[in-house]
Amino acid sequence: MIPAVNDKVLENARAALPASVVEFIDKVNQGERPSSHLIAVLHKVQEELGFLPRESMDAVAQLMQVPTAKVTGVASFYHHFSFVPKGKYIISVCTGTACYVKGAEEVIDKFKEELGINLGETTADGLFTLEDTRCLGACALAPVVKVGDDIHASMTADKVPGIIERYMNLAD
Amino acid sequence: MSQILNAYQSLRDAAEGSKERVDFDQVICIQVGSATCENAAGANDVAEEFRKHIAATKRDDIVIKRVGCTGRCSCEPIVSIRMPGKDMVTYQKVNGDSAHKIFVEHVLEGKIVDELQMQCPTCQSVPMDNRLSDAQQHLQGQEVTDKFLSLYGNLPVYAKQARIALRNAGVTTPLDLNEYIRNLGFSSLAKVLENDSPAWVIAEMNASKLKGRGGAGFPIGKKWGFALTNEEKIRYMVCNADEGDPGAFMDRSMLESDPFSVIEGMIIAGFTIGAQQGYVYIRAEYPLAIERLEKAIAICRENNLLGKNILGSEYSFDIELRLGAGAFVCGEETALIHSIEGERGQPRVKPPFPAVSGLWGKPTIINNVETLANVPAVIAMGGAEFAKVGTELSGGTKVFALAGKITNTGLIEVPMGTTLREIIEEIGGGVPNGKKLKAVQTGGPAGGFIPADALDTVVDYNTLAAAGSIMGSGGMIVLDEDDCMVDVAKFYLTFSQDESCGKCTPCREGTKRMLEILERMTAGKGTMEDIDNLERLAKLVQKASLCGLGKAAPNPILSSLKHFREEFVAHVQDKTCAAKKCKALLRYEIDSDKCIGCTACAKKCPVACIKGERKEPHVIDQDTCIKCGQCFSVCRFGAVKKV
Ligand SMILES: Cc1cc2nc3c(=O)[nH]c(=O)nc-3n(C[C@H](O)[C@H](O)[C@H](O)COP(=O)(O)O)c2cc1C
Ligand code: SF4
Ligand code: SF4
Ligand code: SF4
Ligand code: FES
Ligand code: FES
Repeated sequence: MIPAVNDKVLENARAALPASVVEFIDKVNQGERPSSHLIAVLHKVQEELGFLPRESMDAVAQLMQVPTAKVTGVASFYHHFSFVPKGKYIISVCTGTACYVKGAEEVIDKFKEELGINLGETTADGLFTLEDTRCLGACALAPVVKVGDDIHASMTADKVPGIIERYMNLAD
Repeated sequence: MSQILNAYQSLRDAAEGSKERVDFDQVICIQVGSATCENAAGANDVAEEFRKHIAATKRDDIVIKRVGCTGRCSCEPIVSIRMPGKDMVTYQKVNGDSAHKIFVEHVLEGKIVDELQMQCPTCQSVPMDNRLSDAQQHLQGQEVTDKFLSLYGNLPVYAKQARIALRNAGVTTPLDLNEYIRNLGFSSLAKVLENDSPAWVIAEMNASKLKGRGGAGFPIGKKWGFALTNEEKIRYMVCNADEGDPGAFMDRSMLESDPFSVIEGMIIAGFTIGAQQGYVYIRAEYPLAIERLEKAIAICRENNLLGKNILGSEYSFDIELRLGAGAFVCGEETALIHSIEGERGQPRVKPPFPAVSGLWGKPTIINNVETLANVPAVIAMGGAEFAKVGTELSGGTKVFALAGKITNTGLIEVPMGTTLREIIEEIGGGVPNGKKLKAVQTGGPAGGFIPADALDTVVDYNTLAAAGSIMGSGGMIVLDEDDCMVDVAKFYLTFSQDESCGKCTPCREGTKRMLEILERMTAGKGTMEDIDNLERLAKLVQKASLCGLGKAAPNPILSSLKHFREEFVAHVQDKTCAAKKCKALLRYEIDSDKCIGCTACAKKCPVACIKGERKEPHVIDQDTCIKCGQCFSVCRFGAVKKV
């Protein structure tokens, strides 16, 4: 059982989160060991909002009845979670071993040059975020770049400008 | 008949008579893969193409069947045609055009399209007569493993392989429970529940010589036995599907292609150790595997294969998924347990081992995906028969993800005891572009390198360790003469340093210091002393770190120092990188004999440091050059050289 807390606080917390997340938290609170679902809850928040805003982590802490420090502690431990908003298209260049030995670095350098940003940064227009990622499981098609949900196989530096242009056109 | 066998028999009867069953004697079946790798290569589009063709003919005796992955990544998308009474024919790299040709000529007219058939990686020939290896002949006599061979056995690429863990991959439709059951699925579980003796299961596991496929190679029977020595009655069974080695994709492919095998293995394990609840810890980067596993679990619940009183027995067990969030260290058992509990995934000191105190302080057994996929096969064949494939010490096979500088990248499964030469040369088709093999890397960031002259090493836990590497979870990366060992060692260390959880000093600080040394070396600023310091530090971190990540992080360094010390020396003493990989140690120069003065390089150079008149040899100003390599890529006359 969750101990009674200030209703107003809970109400605010519910309002600060997407409905699907609140629903999920309500469900796990009914079961055993609700706090073991914290990572799953953070996944859902990030899925909905694109990142983990401060207020949403406070709200998760309230609704799951765990200290805020624990929520931020867990969120900051895992690479997957982000505290800053990301671009419309996330460009993830695979730097797993197979992609590395087949030239992923040159591909990253080219993206950096073309977009004028470093890894982990987002372009000023909010269109692209450049990231490196570990093995996408398509090693045979290395080097591999994922843009949004699309996988681009056998990448080379030369293909980079074309790919950026394609998504810029899509965004228009 | 007992209640359990009755329950199993009615599942089996339902499976045999299922309405959706494809009658291969009556219809023409077009098989298309459906795993992530295959979809990335365009399998969904190809399937759609065939669907349109079938619709246009309005024939109801032609069907499409989506199967799992056969592991031939470099040949994807793969399409196989099964005509009544004929051997299956497999085509490679199918696209819209070739799909049309295959449909018209093969499906409609019955003429095999020779030039599109899947070819042998080494001899480039197409299917040959069955020439089965000893291991294959043995597996052909086993009902649980004979399907793959009967379909694909005539393809030369599988000649050296043996499929046990991947017995259904590329054969069944991943979420078709009935088909899984027709292939002996859940018969092992029924047998185990009927026998009702954990000791018997453990004896079978011991006889099978099955060892953990997650890397450490601990004997399964022995591990499961630990849980039984504990008084505590609440116990947990965990499947480790974190697959952290970057460059490995065995577990993903297995979960996407045949989720029921892993679930069945997990229930058998759960029964043996007396667990009431199971968890699959799976990395979030595998959306399709997660989706299939969730669906497969739901299907099992609907059919009384999970939940209360499984198959009418006294045994109740259920499985929940828990998602990782991108932390390699969470593959380590104690870190994984913390992560399932919803905490930061930091390891803790062992003992106590998880088998004594794991999830929520209760006895917990953790096994890898591939280990669990083997379990039903052990029971179906009997441990002793299973052990006939493999070596004296280790029974069965190992799945490897073959990638890097190799012609046939993909997923392979070979009997323990296969040589690396057979894998690289015969299955993998060797190193492409006429380059020379340098080394084979196994075990990922925790592993090491096996140099080209030790290619006759056989695959087994002890032999790979003796050669200075480890079995690992199955990543196998082939390196050629263009790869620099110092650079590759740095790559792995960058990974380990980034993934170090920071809890203990030797790993947190040690990996940083080692990385600094390697960075100095590749930047041309290293000294001979650095090599000694690196080696000393590596041994220290190996000894003093708290968990397996830190203990193993120095392995790639020590292994490359052992086999390729001269490359380190060349980097620090002569300031040269023979592979021409380390930018700081190379220069770009233009060969005035070859340069025709086309100006392409000068136009491309970002810092405008290439000078020369049109139609005259060009020259690079070395002081300004930033070594971006663009001139090298753009010159079509081979005039720009790395020296
Ligand atoms: C840093 C680190 C990462 C690991 N990653 C994995 C992994 O991704 N998958 C896995 O099955 N085992 C991994 N292991 C090994 C597991 O801790 C454990 O030994 C294994 O899951 C046991 O299963 P098995 O006996 O079936 O091999 C890792 C170990 C360490 C130290
Ligand atoms: S060895 Fe590394 S990963 Fe393991 S506990 Fe220590 S710091 Fe963390
Ligand atoms: S691109 Fe090659 S041939 Fe053309 S000017 Fe440069 S070096 Fe000479
Ligand atoms: S390597 Fe780059 S900077 Fe140097 S000369 Fe060539 S193009 Fe110019
Ligand atoms: S290493 Fe890049 S997809 Fe696996
Ligand atoms: S084709 Fe499935 S792993 Fe590559």
